[in-house]
Amino acid sequence: MSRVILKGLILFVVLTLLPTFTNPLPMLGRVSAYNVLFPGRLRLPYGDNPQRAYNLSLFNLEAMFASHELSAGQKPPGEYRVLLIGDSATWGFLLKPEETLSAQINAAGYNLPDNRRLRVYNLGYPVMSLAKDLLILSYAVRYQPDMIVWLVTLESFPYDKQLFPPLVQHNPEPMQRLILGYKLNLNPSDPGFIQATFFDRTLIGQRRALADLVRLQLYGVLWAATGIDQDIPENQGQHMEDLPDDLSFHNLKAPLKREDLAFDILRAGISETGGTPVIIINEPTFISHGTHSDVRYNYYYPRWAYDAYRRLMAEESKRMGWNYDDFWDAIPAEEFTNTAIHMTPKGTAIFANLIAKEIIHLSNAR
Amino acid sequence: MTLLHILLLAALSLLAGSMKPRWRGPVLLGGSLLAIYWLQPATPIRNLDFWFPTASILLVALVWAITYEKRELLSRQTFIQVIPLAGVILVVGLTRYLEPLCCLTPTRPPAITQVIVAVLIVAGMVTLVLIRFNQRNLTILALLLLLVTFIFLKTDSLGQALSAGLRRIQGQDVTLASALDLRWLGFSYLAFRLLHVLRDFQLGKAHNASLGEFTTYALFFPALTAGPIDRSQRFVGDLREGSRLSPDSLLEGGRRILLGVFKKFVLADSLAIFALNPQNAVQMRAGFWTWVLLYTYTLCIYFDFAGYTDIALGLGRWLGIKLPENFASPYFKTNLTAFWNSWHITLAQWFRAYFFNPVTRFLRSSSKQLPVWLIILAGQAGTMLLIGLWHGVTWNFAAWGLWHAAGLFAHNRWSEWVRPRLAILEMPSRLQRVVSLTSWLLTFHYVVLGWVWFAMPDLDLSISVFHKLFRF
Repeated sequence: MSRVILKGLILFVVLTLLPTFTNPLPMLGRVSAYNVLFPGRLRLPYGDNPQRAYNLSLFNLEAMFASHELSAGQKPPGEYRVLLIGDSATWGFLLKPEETLSAQINAAGYNLPDNRRLRVYNLGYPVMSLAKDLLILSYAVRYQPDMIVWLVTLESFPYDKQLFPPLVQHNPEPMQRLILGYKLNLNPSDPGFIQATFFDRTLIGQRRALADLVRLQLYGVLWAATGIDQDIPENQGQHMEDLPDDLSFHNLKAPLKREDLAFDILRAGISETGGTPVIIINEPTFISHGTHSDVRYNYYYPRWAYDAYRRLMAEESKRMGWNYDDFWDAIPAEEFTNTAIHMTPKGTAIFANLIAKEIIHLSNAR
Repeated sequence: MTLLHILLLAALSLLAGSMKPRWRGPVLLGGSLLAIYWLQPATPIRNLDFWFPTASILLVALVWAITYEKRELLSRQTFIQVIPLAGVILVVGLTRYLEPLCCLTPTRPPAITQVIVAVLIVAGMVTLVLIRFNQRNLTILALLLLLVTFIFLKTDSLGQALSAGLRRIQGQDVTLASALDLRWLGFSYLAFRLLHVLRDFQLGKAHNASLGEFTTYALFFPALTAGPIDRSQRFVGDLREGSRLSPDSLLEGGRRILLGVFKKFVLADSLAIFALNPQNAVQMRAGFWTWVLLYTYTLCIYFDFAGYTDIALGLGRWLGIKLPENFASPYFKTNLTAFWNSWHITLAQWFRAYFFNPVTRFLRSSSKQLPVWLIILAGQAGTMLLIGLWHGVTWNFAAWGLWHAAGLFAHNRWSEWVRPRLAILEMPSRLQRVVSLTSWLLTFHYVVLGWVWFAMPDLDLSISVFHKLFRF
């Protein structure tokens, strides 16, 4: 019996230590039942309440992409592939999968003059940070996009916002590569990056990440069975109409300057696409008419900062030759939901129509 | 039970199993008494998580006193046997005065004076009853007490009313009363062990187990939360035999525990993520995926229950107690009768012994000559209805029981009809295999569809799941 126990112990030690030398998580992340046993997700996995959302937040980008419909085999020949990159408004917070920007554009069934079918993929991810967008974009370019639409808003631009998303902090290596490769104005040794210790790299240390991979697959069954990927509460809350008498914005001082905003990340993103056309869109924001609306547009933005941002954005786009559209006031105030950027299905439909026109316009121009 | 619970109970079992028999008994008794407090989940009603385990101990002592073959209850011997039980209650009660909150109870126990007064009052009342009433009436009283408590705990409306009453006594918000407040760990199994002892006593089978042995039987910690429902005579026999932990028992017990942990914490808990439940039953689309969720529920409930049983059997093995098997590959059976001989075996046997057999015997011997099929139908319907209601007094559990009763009756009649006809036929082996496979498929799917009643909280939702399964 002692031999059995000894063999068991040796096997346990080997299995526990093996991941420290091989880091199997990215490879395991690519192994997915999505697009094989059940349909790919229409948006990247994200969810705080897995039991109700049938979705969960994890940090393995390979697994996140493998679960997405974008990973369903080769690109079809007649498809004009457009990827939407952005924040929670693009992802579709408080919207059902069929109500998101990408779903509404696809539902309209656009065809380009060369008869290719316009097919839009949702690669938005909640949390506003251009660095997070760049990280996702760096993975997305593998999927042969014909065009990228990058939806931005001022809240994504301040440097202090860039490295705080957990998705960025848990992916230090690819993010550091991007920071160093494009000489971004970010600290590659930022203390927020999660550096794995020896124990973290063992099988026991990685148990949470491994369990998340398994749970992502298991929730795929419920995604297939119900078509639900978000827990949308009955009472969604309301955006703030009456605003505080506060002129501050991220410790930045008026007048807002070009170097206050992370334009270098935007430039890096456009370089990362390797010549694929990119449309940058300033996404709609709620415009309040309540108390102190004379100094603030909404909960996020004082007027001085947002007006300066729009001007700087337009100037930078012109200087760099970017395809830029500013839809900041395109959606009526009543079509916003719980925050200044989240829209109702109707508001999203109006916005989807505007984006589709820009995509078709640019694709024709090329 | 969590993995930590299992790990610590396994350590206790290994320790107790390696002890000499004269020490093992007291360790098992103490371990079981402490485990009922330690495993009891917290309840929203103040101190109830202390009073439920205490009530379990008092009920055990009461039933022992009624059914013990030697009627020398007020002897010195009895007094000595009561000491460990009272001692554990007091020790657990005294943990109230330890800082920080001790690990034996989920919340702080009540004041020790309350504990002493309550236990003395109950003990006094029990003694008085024992002296005043004869054993026959006492047995009926105890049976009624257990059944009424069981019905209160298993019926939502009664449970809610009881919760409201207890909240009022404790000065807590009555509007928050819910049947879920009354989570009495292991009561379903404890009640059925005690009912078995009382019924046997009524039938003239008194036991000779000491109070310690009897308490260990009724509250045996490996079988506390999920059975199996052992028989007292068999259990006490094993206990007295006191076989020490051998390498074979160690390996076999360890294998069962590991298998149980794998079934429960890997398979069942993973399957539970996407098994059919009331939430996804409303949300799911009709068709293929509905079947997937239902099959998953089918496997999940088996692995969950069988996993706990394996753990209990493994721990029992280490302690020298061979608990009875509760499952024998039930989903591979080719008819429903065989299924019920291999699913939750000890519960089915309990109902067979104490309900089905007496009822059918009574109907057969009644002055009106009832047809055999009617006797079988009545016996099966009653038995399966009660098995359903054992899980909870709801329309759905009743429907689940009757669903199986209908299946068992149909199988019984079919067997009666087909057996003589098959006897004169010589079926080629290939055809026999086809018949077996078809029988298995039919049986399995009958059981699978039955789980719809079991998994849903009301009949409307169950019917809507059937609609989605068959798209009508």
